[in-house]
Amino acid sequence: MSCTEVWWSEMEHIRMPKVENVRLVDRSSSRRTQVGTLYLTATHTIFVGKGSEDRSELWVLHSLVCDVLKHKASQNGYPLIIHCKNFQVIQFIIPQESDWHNVYISLSRLSRPEKYEELYCFSFNPNVDKAEREHSWDFLDLKAEYSRMGLPNKLWHVTAINREYRVCDTYPADLFVPKSVTLPVIIGSSKFRSRGRFPTLSYYCKENHATICRSSQPLSGFSARCLEDEQMLQAIMKSNPGSRFMYVVDTRPKLNAMANRAAGKGYENEDNYCNIKFQFIGIENIHVMRNSQQKLIEVSALRSPSMGEFLMGLENSDWLRHIKSIMEAGIFISKAVAEEGVSVLVHCSDGWDRTAQVCSVASVLLDPYYRTLKGLMVLIEKDWVSFGHKFSHRCGHLDGEAKEVSPVIDQFLECVWQLMEQFPCYFEYNEKFLISIHNHVYSCHYGNFICNSQKERKDLCIKEKTHSIWPHLWENKLDFMNPLFKPDQSQNQGLLRPRTAPYCFKYWRRLYNRFDRELHPRQSELDCLMTVKEETQQLEEALALYEQKLAVLDKERAKTLYMQKGVLESKQALWSSPLDTSLANTPQDYIGGFIGGAPNVFTLQQGERESAELCLFGDKPKSSDADNSDQESGVADFSSHSSGEESLPSEDSVKDPDSDETGPNRA
Amino acid sequence: MEFAELIKTPRVDGVVLHRPFMPTVEGTLCLTGHHLILSSRQDNTEELWLLHANIDSIEKRFVGSLGTIIVKCKDLRVIQLDIPGMEECLNIASSIEALSTLDSVSLMYPFFYRPLFEVIEDGWQLFVPEEAFKDLESMTDEWRLSEVNKDFSVCPSYPSLLTVPKDIDDESLCKAASFRHGGRFPVLSYYHKKNGMVMMRAAQPLTGTNGRRCKEDEKLINATLCAGKRGYIIDTRTIAVAQQAKARGGGFEQEANYPQWRRIHKAIERSNVLQEGLIKLVEACNDQSHSMDRWLSKLEASNWQSNVKEILTTACLAAQCIDREGASVLVHGTEGTDSTLQVTSLAQIILDPACRTIRGFEALIEREWLQAGHPFQQRCAQSAYSNGKPRSEAPVFLLFLDCVWQILRQFPCSFQFNENFLIMLFEHAYASQFGTFLGNSVAERLKLLLSQKTVSLWSWVNRPQELERFLNPLYEPNNLVIWPSVAPQSLLLWEGVFLRWNRSTKCLDEAYQEMVHIIEYNKELQNKVNSLRRQLAQLETEDGPLQTP
Repeated sequence: MSCTEVWWSEMEHIRMPKVENVRLVDRSSSRRTQVGTLYLTATHTIFVGKGSEDRSELWVLHSLVCDVLKHKASQNGYPLIIHCKNFQVIQFIIPQESDWHNVYISLSRLSRPEKYEELYCFSFNPNVDKAEREHSWDFLDLKAEYSRMGLPNKLWHVTAINREYRVCDTYPADLFVPKSVTLPVIIGSSKFRSRGRFPTLSYYCKENHATICRSSQPLSGFSARCLEDEQMLQAIMKSNPGSRFMYVVDTRPKLNAMANRAAGKGYENEDNYCNIKFQFIGIENIHVMRNSQQKLIEVSALRSPSMGEFLMGLENSDWLRHIKSIMEAGIFISKAVAEEGVSVLVHCSDGWDRTAQVCSVASVLLDPYYRTLKGLMVLIEKDWVSFGHKFSHRCGHLDGEAKEVSPVIDQFLECVWQLMEQFPCYFEYNEKFLISIHNHVYSCHYGNFICNSQKERKDLCIKEKTHSIWPHLWENKLDFMNPLFKPDQSQNQGLLRPRTAPYCFKYWRRLYNRFDRELHPRQSELDCLMTVKEETQQLEEALALYEQKLAVLDKERAKTLYMQKGVLESKQALWSSPLDTSLANTPQDYIGGFIGGAPNVFTLQQGERESAELCLFGDKPKSSDADNSDQESGVADFSSHSSGEESLPSEDSVKDPDSDETGPNRA
Repeated sequence: MEFAELIKTPRVDGVVLHRPFMPTVEGTLCLTGHHLILSSRQDNTEELWLLHANIDSIEKRFVGSLGTIIVKCKDLRVIQLDIPGMEECLNIASSIEALSTLDSVSLMYPFFYRPLFEVIEDGWQLFVPEEAFKDLESMTDEWRLSEVNKDFSVCPSYPSLLTVPKDIDDESLCKAASFRHGGRFPVLSYYHKKNGMVMMRAAQPLTGTNGRRCKEDEKLINATLCAGKRGYIIDTRTIAVAQQAKARGGGFEQEANYPQWRRIHKAIERSNVLQEGLIKLVEACNDQSHSMDRWLSKLEASNWQSNVKEILTTACLAAQCIDREGASVLVHGTEGTDSTLQVTSLAQIILDPACRTIRGFEALIEREWLQAGHPFQQRCAQSAYSNGKPRSEAPVFLLFLDCVWQILRQFPCSFQFNENFLIMLFEHAYASQFGTFLGNSVAERLKLLLSQKTVSLWSWVNRPQELERFLNPLYEPNNLVIWPSVAPQSLLLWEGVFLRWNRSTKCLDEAYQEMVHIIEYNKELQNKVNSLRRQLAQLETEDGPLQTP
């Protein structure tokens, strides 16, 4: 089926391409609404405001929609609530019941695609040629990543055993194993592991040869052994010449692991494996995590909760406790590698959820490279994408088992965020980068996170039919840079040792309340510093130019008058660019809109009302409230920071890094 | 000197000091009249100088003949001293206890402290009511400065000069004072230049159970309204609490008697409840053992964040009435010395950009807290580690600072000062070498001759050398009203105070330094570029005539 066919078949699901006089309700104040037209397309729900001056638009990708709900009708009309996977919540009120029903049915179907071909990435068609698209898939090269680690070397090499995905169909084609293991050992070991996921290398520490290896659980049951698997572990241990033992970390709670023995699975028996130290680290399973995040989302979406409701809700969700347990597992492994020089084998049940989390958290702690933009991309590509984290199932890309959905990668991104909070100078990227990745993991806008394994992606010709997200993020890297990053110190810091006292784990407001503008600081330190840094760079360039000019001028003075004239003319041209004062006075919008809202929502009859409900601040990006012309926003126009006539302009650098996700108009 | 009697053992050798995140120090412990000093007598080792006044409580423990004293400070720090010899340890402990709980104000350190710096600008003379009134006069002629409280007889907790409506004579003020708790009749707190609206503050009216009224009081507050306009009375108590107050002679303004005013009740906690909250919060922060759940439960149970939210919300409401509703506001609670001042001062920070500068913030504290009669001495007598039953201690001022910090976090570029400035104020409110926060009112301070006998905190803070630490590198004056978010998702725990001693700040300090560096480097470059540009322009004009012969 071609894309066009799919597109047409999707069009069939649209019972109602357009509804007029729909109201978009502002969630911070149910009284403030915007009237406009709702359009349903094959890929997006689009709302176009009717305002005469500003036709504000809202684009929502169908693949980001996780839930469509009808609320009880009122005299105002028929409310439709859309919950998105990026935590956006949208409320429409539709005037006619029949339209309401039709939109509901259409959206419910459109947001639950049944086939991969229906996903947006297959119809997304930016203006790039074939060569460029193919090139976009070469942006990251895992081979280069392993060679950055120092592999292959005399102890580790790539095995070709899984080239056709025959040994393990959820593993990548290229896998690093100790040189000393023979093919029969690998095959034997893989037969003794859930889904054939035999122990293989994830991270290699050049300095002391310790490794992080990963696998699934052994099929040990109550007493089964496998010689080859034992040999495999022995080989991994021996490939770290400096150590006399290795850790085997089972990231599950002990009880869960024991329960698995009854099903013929389980964990390694220390008596059967030479020189291993076995360790349980109790990270809960995907179902617990799914429920936990659900509770967290409910808390984050509370409108004007009391402090008690919020804190108790946060606690009852257990979310931060789970984040802490993942972090602690990462710390355990990173310390074993960096401080003890001991190799670690990590597994859970299948080795694609908790194992991916823990290996990648440990890697971020161990290796400053993963704290750079490119490094984090590589890490996700390696530990998550290539090793078969089941993105399609976990993110619910297709209509299917709700029980397979789980925020496993969310938790990894959040661990990185928690680390950034503790180590503000050691990360090249900022939280916008994490949020952007999160968004794209779910959006199905690019092909990277489609399917559940490398093999599936190959079979679907993802590389031929879709685009890769990484070059896109890289192009926008200016938006994702942490201005406080100190590369040298990050490099010299060695192992990051985060603190794990309970109060060190914070609620990630920027992610969970991403679309609630009124909840975030009105001025952003990050944006401010980014602007200053950008300006600094321009100043440096200007300085270099002026110095050059001066030097030239000095020389020129000794020369002929004829020559001087030319130089001065070209200098004029140079000046005109940085001195464009119209740019210098362009207000920079830090919050995406003026705060000056409609305070008149505050009604005097309700003196006892909480001020949080007062809507002290309007937050519509382009509020058209007439009484707000005073722009009493409390947001300084930061570009005036340098507004003296002598200063350079600072360009508006804060364009929305995700701007493409809401509209395909670039296509 | 009377201190000598209290010091049984002035000196012990071989004492080991343990502090979190710092290496242990072994040295000699000395007790003086005002300080506990531990010195290793080695170069490069930091000495500990601790004001006795900063000590909130101590605990003693013995293992054999080795005694340990755990010193818990009002700034929330906890240190441990291992003292060899049981007798020495007991002596030291009892001396610390006695010296840290001296009753007489005049024995406090500020009366003995001699500054090692030259006082260039005397902080005691910096913020006088006359000056503030001059500013007001330049904007409006509706107000006058009354000397009715010259001898503090009308209201002992008010200053001698008060700003009142021009048309209200002193006699009426006296009558209004007799109708308000503690004589605190309505006075001007803030004039909003943009629309001429005002914020007044007072104590509760003494309506009692039989609904007493006072024509002068009604006239006084009505005089602040423009013709045909209505105002808001913000009562910081819930309606239930305000009702209960009637039984004790207090009460609230009846609609019938104040028809031009609309009353709004909020729920800011009373001071003793706040003190319990502080104790619980600090306990939670210091508990190293607990799991994730217990931490959040305890944080919640302390109600600290709820209090922050409620105070901020009330201040936003007051500011909103003034700025957006274009209405005047009267704020009061019971006594008008605690929650009232939290609200009026925070509303000014929201409304008035001047209050967001260092000088302006100092003036605000002087005006709305010190001169307005917040009983600092009583409220800050003990902090979170006090064992005894609280008398009138309460972290009212600390909560105010916490709220300011919340706004600062949300508007990081709008304040001239940084977090350190707020933390410094917290420390000095509880224990200081300066006299600024001694006493409970202007009258008490005058009696103590503080301005002659002690140094003002402002004399020290405003020296350029000191000020540098308190400047916010991101500051860009912002003339707008700043509306903070008061949603629980937006309010944070003030780690700089509550987790200050439980964490290593290395990484955060590094980040702060980097931020300063980024901004300074930018400024430096700007200067360089500008001077080069001028140079070039000059060359150009010099060469100009040559080009066009």
